[in-house]
Amino acid sequence: MRNDRQSKTTKVEIKHLYKIFGAQPEAMLPLVRDEGVTKAELMEHHQHVLGLSDINVEVKEGDITVMMGLSGSGKSTLIRHLNRLIDPTAGEVRVDGEDILAYDEEKLRELRRNKMSMVFQNFALLPHRTVLENTAMALTVRGQQRSDYEDDAKRWLARVGLGGSEDQYPHQLSGGMQQRVGLARALASNAPIMLMDEAFSALDPLIRTDMQDLLLELQEELAKTVIFISHDLDEALKLADHLVILKDGYVVQQDEPQKILLEPADDYIVDFISDINRARVLRVRSVMRGPSEGRGTPTGEIGPEETLEDVIAKSGGEPSSSFVVMQEGRQIGVLDMDDLMRALVPTGASESGLRTRASA
Amino acid sequence: MATYDWLFSSLGLDGWCGASGGSAPTSLADLAAQSSGGEAAAPTIWELPFPSMDALNDSCPAFPQSRELTLGLERGFLDVKDALSFVLDPITQPLSWALDGALYGILNTPWWIVIPILLAITWFVSRSWGLLTFVAVSILGLAFIDHYDYAMQTLAIIFVCAAICVIIGVPIGIAMSRSDTMQNATIPILDMLQTLPPFVYLIPLIFLFSVTEPKLYGIAIILYAIVPVVRLTNLGIRMVDKSVIEAADAFGMTDRQKLFGVQVPLALPNIMAGVNQTIMMSLAMVVIASLVSAPGLGVLVLRGIRNLELGVGLVAGLGIVILAVILDRTTKASLARINATHKA
Ligand SMILES: Nc1ncnc2c1ncn2[C@@H]1O[C@H](COP(=O)(O)OP(=O)(O)OP(=O)(O)O)[C@@H](O)[C@H]1O
Ligand SMILES: [Mg+2]
Repeated sequence: MRNDRQSKTTKVEIKHLYKIFGAQPEAMLPLVRDEGVTKAELMEHHQHVLGLSDINVEVKEGDITVMMGLSGSGKSTLIRHLNRLIDPTAGEVRVDGEDILAYDEEKLRELRRNKMSMVFQNFALLPHRTVLENTAMALTVRGQQRSDYEDDAKRWLARVGLGGSEDQYPHQLSGGMQQRVGLARALASNAPIMLMDEAFSALDPLIRTDMQDLLLELQEELAKTVIFISHDLDEALKLADHLVILKDGYVVQQDEPQKILLEPADDYIVDFISDINRARVLRVRSVMRGPSEGRGTPTGEIGPEETLEDVIAKSGGEPSSSFVVMQEGRQIGVLDMDDLMRALVPTGASESGLRTRASA
Repeated sequence: MATYDWLFSSLGLDGWCGASGGSAPTSLADLAAQSSGGEAAAPTIWELPFPSMDALNDSCPAFPQSRELTLGLERGFLDVKDALSFVLDPITQPLSWALDGALYGILNTPWWIVIPILLAITWFVSRSWGLLTFVAVSILGLAFIDHYDYAMQTLAIIFVCAAICVIIGVPIGIAMSRSDTMQNATIPILDMLQTLPPFVYLIPLIFLFSVTEPKLYGIAIILYAIVPVVRLTNLGIRMVDKSVIEAADAFGMTDRQKLFGVQVPLALPNIMAGVNQTIMMSLAMVVIASLVSAPGLGVLVLRGIRNLELGVGLVAGLGIVILAVILDRTTKASLARINATHKA
């Protein structure tokens, strides 16, 4: 399910998207597009902020696409283009093949009501409405009465673990609970696309992990198209089917997370991933050899989605171990401990390590 | 000879001015100067008069005096007055009816109905036993010293005027919050209404309407008291958390749903703070408006001043203070209740 990107349908497509903030964005566009003026230069010489520069991303149906970058890299700006809370300076945004920039107000409202829901970093619940009414926001906007939405909203609240809090007000809940309401509100709208702008960033680490697990669990069941913004690499690696890394408004690298870890595009990415616990993130399928390339005698069987940490645990620390990778009763590869060790070498070096392996 | 003769002669305006220096004395000072034969010595630099309209008129009789400015303004106002009252009279007539009705109603309903109603309102908006007791004691006290009628007249006027301020002011505030142009156009008017001394409103109103009409003081009170509710409605809506507005947009709310479902409810604490100030300002103005026949406690204060009846004036003043405290506490209590449910 994770590596057949080609066969999936494209749900949202962003093409050559530019966003410049300032008094005369159109006048600045040629400078950025044709002359390659950078964000810092544009700020210094022209007093305009380069929000986004030539963004091209395909979001596949049923994937969690994570956009990550440091503060100010343009993540929030990018996600707000998808439901046109912000309009671009130039470029295209297509949802289900339709150009949403051509939409009039009425069609845009239809899009926001039926196709997209959104979860916000600071929750953005309505403080004067109860948890139940907040959850049903998308439904009330469509004109449903309490009797219509009550069961639905209660079901979603129970699903995110908030059964019984229906009649409380948001300020009576903790941050983690408020964001569960935010999530329930997005789910209750039943929209196929869910936009999440740093949805878990304001929560403390334990609750954040809970929420990530909840999201993955819901995703198994609902298979929504999720676009998730994060500035936390661990979170991005845990959730992403497709990872887009932004810097100063442009895309530095986008790929499957495993691929980015093993083949970082430039020093910026190398820096970015240098602190990561590779054993916990890398999976067997990304580092194994073909089924016939085994050298040692196999000492056990492993699955392709297991992390290297799991494998190390299974080997009991024995350096000569060699594993057969099995999927649905079929051997799809082998993994020796020395390959595993090589994959764990921090990135700069591991790149050359991979190259030697390829040439061997 | 006057100081600025040279100015007109150097500009070649002697002909337009006519005979210079021959003007009739227009003030006592001129007369005194003439009789003392003071035109002989040219004034020193220390006595140089500012080149005002009157000083220039001394040198050139064709130049207008400043008195003509006020006269011109007055004539201009009197010229448009008829047209203005023709338009304003019918528009503002309902205000007279409302004030007359409220005054008639509150004075002709027996006290044992009015007082319980007032207490019920207090309880309804504040839900506080302490405040209820305080209001009850205050009103009964005023009634006991035979100030019931006056106090009720003042209250009736305040209720009507404050209600109209809210009915007109909140929509204006909403319009201001939705358009910067509207805001920029309205704020100078609000500033002017707020800084003009209350007596100044009364002047053009006296010319426009007859003093026996309640709408005369009604308009004065409304103009004076409407400012805070407009300002705070605008401010309250503009201050609504941007991320909540963003959420409303992201879920596809229409402008209407956003206004009544999100912006106004979230601005309510501010709007109520505006209503509180509006009521307090109505009270201040209703006292001043007794100069133009507004009934109520203000009349007694005025009597105290005119006839030097110290006791009457002081007791009426105390009554006003009590009303002020009651109104302030009651509206603040309801504000606190709203705030409690609006915590972000
Ligand atoms: N309305 C605006 N006017 C001017 N500049 C803006 C505006 N909105 C965003 N920017 C600029 O665009 C850039 C990207 O901002 P954005 O909020 O998208 O960053 P972000 O990646 O979401 O950061 P964070 O992690 O802090 O939320 C920043 O340099 C910011 O200053
Ligand atoms: Mg952001």
